[in-house]
Amino acid sequence: MANEKSIILKIQRQPGPDKASFWETFEIPYRKNMNVISALMEIQANPVNAQNKRTTPVAWECSCLEEVCGACSMRINGRTQQACSALIDELEHPIVLQPMAKFPVVRDLHVDRSRMFEDLKRVRAWIDIDGTHAAGPGPLISPHRQALMYILSRCMTCGCCLDACPQVNSRSPFIGPSAISQARLFNMHPTGAMHKDLRLRALMGPGGVTDCGNAQNCIHACPKNIPLTDSIADICRQTTRLALFGSLRK
Amino acid sequence: MGGNGKKVIVVGGGLAGLSAALKIAESGAQVELFSMVPVRRSHSVCAQGGINAATDPHGQGDSTWEHFDDTIYGGDFLANQTPVKGMCEAAPAIIDLLDRMGVTFNRTSEGRLDVRAFGGAKFKRTAFAGATTGQQLMYALDEQVRRFEAQGLVTKYEFWEFLVPVIDDDRRCRGIVAMSLDGMDVRAFPADAVIMATGGPGLVYGTNTTNSFINTGSAAGACFRHGVDYANGEFIQVHPTAIQGEDKRRLISESVRGEGGRVWVPKDGKPWYFLEEWYPAYGNLVPRDIATRAIFKVVYELDMGIEGRNVVYLDVSHLDPAYLTSKLGGVLEIYEKFVGDDPRKIPMQIFPAVHYSMGGLWVDFGQMTNVAGLFAAGECDYQYHGANRLGANSLLSCIHAGFLAGPEAVKYLSGLQNPTDAVTLLQQAEKRERDANNEWLKKDGTENPYALWREMGNLMTENVTVIRENPKLKLTDEKLLEIKERYENRVGVPDKALWKNQPLVFTRQLENMIALARVVTLGALARNESRGAHYKPEFPDRDDANFLKTTRAAHSPHGPVLTYEEVDIQFIPPRERKYDVEK
Repeated sequence: MANEKSIILKIQRQPGPDKASFWETFEIPYRKNMNVISALMEIQANPVNAQNKRTTPVAWECSCLEEVCGACSMRINGRTQQACSALIDELEHPIVLQPMAKFPVVRDLHVDRSRMFEDLKRVRAWIDIDGTHAAGPGPLISPHRQALMYILSRCMTCGCCLDACPQVNSRSPFIGPSAISQARLFNMHPTGAMHKDLRLRALMGPGGVTDCGNAQNCIHACPKNIPLTDSIADICRQTTRLALFGSLRK
Repeated sequence: MGGNGKKVIVVGGGLAGLSAALKIAESGAQVELFSMVPVRRSHSVCAQGGINAATDPHGQGDSTWEHFDDTIYGGDFLANQTPVKGMCEAAPAIIDLLDRMGVTFNRTSEGRLDVRAFGGAKFKRTAFAGATTGQQLMYALDEQVRRFEAQGLVTKYEFWEFLVPVIDDDRRCRGIVAMSLDGMDVRAFPADAVIMATGGPGLVYGTNTTNSFINTGSAAGACFRHGVDYANGEFIQVHPTAIQGEDKRRLISESVRGEGGRVWVPKDGKPWYFLEEWYPAYGNLVPRDIATRAIFKVVYELDMGIEGRNVVYLDVSHLDPAYLTSKLGGVLEIYEKFVGDDPRKIPMQIFPAVHYSMGGLWVDFGQMTNVAGLFAAGECDYQYHGANRLGANSLLSCIHAGFLAGPEAVKYLSGLQNPTDAVTLLQQAEKRERDANNEWLKKDGTENPYALWREMGNLMTENVTVIRENPKLKLTDEKLLEIKERYENRVGVPDKALWKNQPLVFTRQLENMIALARVVTLGALARNESRGAHYKPEFPDRDDANFLKTTRAAHSPHGPVLTYEEVDIQFIPPRERKYDVEK
């Protein structure tokens, strides 16, 4: 650090998808209880770099700022995490910010995660209700089952697990941990289970669950401690059972 | 185009927008859904505590009438009673539907939906999914809408910013102009029915709010500036329990008090539970405006904040840690992550923060604004909360209003007689907005839009939140005019790119924020009484004779013009609102 009262941020910037990236360093005043977001906001209000040259504010994605919307994922000192819950006091300095590497860069720290929402379509991550008309309550669910479903359902499509996974890259069709875990969630629901084969078949082909290399990075990367490796193992068992006995269940 | 040939534009993909989109798609009409973020990241995910519905699972004698009465009473009788009654009656069926959609609601040992206590209610009627109920409801609706998207009935425009409504000479809505947040291209989209579901304006208060960074209120402000009336803008809810932060205030849910949390400060070396002492009937579960003012009194008047700072304790350390984790895990996790202490062991330190706008775009009982074909639903409408919103009624009002607005918009389309071509009108609006962008990009003044925004936020927080005094409100409006002048003449857009230019977008939003700030401030100045969240020491009592009225602000070149209209009180006669005794 230049002095005790400032923070140094080294930010990997890129003006657009097909542009070259470069590094820009910022020195901003330190205050107590800052997070990476408030440091980036400081740059917005005074876009001057460490060489004292005017520059543009850094582009990044954010919404809720309390780690529940999943928007502000980025690599902070090499680790993919939410920028809102990355507290300046707990980070090593200087602080290095980079966009996630497994998604196309839109600009600076802003990447394009639309594939994750497409993947939710592929695994039919919804309950096939008959309609929104009055039809009484849903099926009974034990508190025990609800507890696990709730944990799985806290996935905020942030992409940390994909960014950490060695099997996910631009040359691989692997769907990644989060969508597999969503398939497990909907297969656990009594109504969702009526269509579980459709979800499983979507995960049986290329890019499906067998592409997992068992590196187990995802479970450490997930900010919500979702048991992603359990979900992958569980879906593996379900697809195996379907492959072996599916034809008998007709 | 599939479906029945009808098309509705929905702006905003939070609970209200998704609810509307779902009903419209189900009817066979096409939906074009615009959102500045991927809809799954909308602000509704922030709601923690739960959603109210009088299902009376414990046989305590709760009813939709009790829910209705609590909501009207909690809102200090300013809400129109017919729509509120409709919402409370619709609530149990909404919960059933959400349950069928697979929302991971907490369960009783029999496998049914569990309920918890919330502020301003004498019955347990709040269904919840851990401590991230809003997120769980959002996901269920997002998933249902994605199902229709996969079928081709919903087209999403994510990372698109609403700029203006397109309104013809007959005061009918004919479409919108929106801007891509990637390529910054400006386009007009035709539609004879448009639903605004764009959330609240918390960022008018800078970072002193629990709102998400996207909650600028800009879309509603743009509608206001184009002739859509804004009602009860002065009613801004300040939530009593939030944690301080540089970038925002983070909510600590009311459910913490619902599950047994106690608010106190040290007095003579012992905890003083001032809410329990002052309001024995409701204790820690008084409504938000009451709790907020009590905390302000303790901190500012009695000078009894913890260690002389502007904070008080919210304490759950007397409760069983396992119980806390199962019922409040997500909330306590926020405190742990952002403050670093474990609330199971150490009492939390909290202070009030701007949380919710009861006011919003004026709508009729069918959610239509004063512009034909332009509807509003969710926090951006003014309909359901009167002068103060009860906890766990916001998720309900968003879904209910969306469920109402969707079919109403389709009905409106069916009733249209020979709609004329609006191509020229739309082209003109598109060109105007594109030219405006080019003008903005040339602005090279010395005022940074983000710095100006913070200045305005602090001004508003200091003068137009919990305690309101007329001289200060007058001064605030003068300063807002000065900020407006600086904005118009001296702002500089610090980025000239035509790709992902966030500062350009924010600069444009700021213009609408300033307009709404004036609506809030002037509405507060004119209302010489105290009611719900609006409190003036000079006029400490509610004044039904003069102010049992909806404030209705209309735009004019000289600023907001206020008129007042009667409130529908046909079911429950107004009575004094007090929480030291049973109601």
